[in-house]
Amino acid sequence: MKLYTFASPANFYHLAGKMIPWFAWSAGLLTLWGLYIGFFLAPTDFQQSEAYRIIFIHVPAAWMSMFIYLVMAFWGAIGLAFNTRLSFMMARALAPTGAMFTFLALWTGALWGKPMWGAWWVWDARLTSELILLFLYIGIIALWAAIDDVKRGDRAGSLLTLIGAINIPIIYFSVVWWNTLHQGASISLTKAPSMAAIMLQGMLVMAVAAWFYTIAVALVRVRRIILERERHTEWAKAILEGDK
Amino acid sequence: MEWASWSEFWNMAGYGVYVWGSYGVTVLCILIEVILLKRAGTDTVRRLKRMQQWEEQ
Repeated sequence: MKLYTFASPANFYHLAGKMIPWFAWSAGLLTLWGLYIGFFLAPTDFQQSEAYRIIFIHVPAAWMSMFIYLVMAFWGAIGLAFNTRLSFMMARALAPTGAMFTFLALWTGALWGKPMWGAWWVWDARLTSELILLFLYIGIIALWAAIDDVKRGDRAGSLLTLIGAINIPIIYFSVVWWNTLHQGASISLTKAPSMAAIMLQGMLVMAVAAWFYTIAVALVRVRRIILERERHTEWAKAILEGDK
Repeated sequence: MEWASWSEFWNMAGYGVYVWGSYGVTVLCILIEVILLKRAGTDTVRRLKRMQQWEEQ
């Protein structure tokens, strides 16, 4: 058995089916752990009082919104370069969850901005580029939905994903490049985190939970896409007849 | 423990609306996604089965 065995949709369908419960349960348990840290162990913030507890979903959601997009762009690039069917299916399976996390990053940001900045929304570089990301997700999903021809749709959607990827570094560095109301990164690779260790821990646990949730949901979605596209193959017919 | 009582917990020092508004909508989004995914799964299987039967005739 080689790694590329799983590049075959039939094998991947079965592998994904086995992996989903593990990722789903891990995501659930990590969420409980993260929420426990976030609400019962992390202390009150001396500047923001209890409002800062929004951070435990805001930051993971914002990270996921960018990270899922990069993974989609990666699968799109692989698909365009090597014409691997499964890559395009993975890209399609990730998009709705990416859009959801982008919406949540904006929503929780608005609910955090109101008490802290006095405004639900400001046209600051960080917020605006994140809003553009939401429109990109919606545009890509709409493009896929609009093109009936699967192969053409795959290519068009992935091309748009790749072009839009330019927005990701813009979001990430917006707080450095421009004078934004949004604060800079609390965590970076080059310097020590500018927040209490227990708060950081809660945030990271929630981020891993969000990541596992995304994997579980994307695998469920990709299995449906595989079944739909492979319905004329013997193995897919057998599954449909066996109702599994 | 940070909280003296449950009411203090839900109040979030006056920021309850913002904190619970954030968490509530997140839970709602996840529930909607999971429900839609379940429904789409059964719909797809049903549709593919019907197509299969139709093609066999």
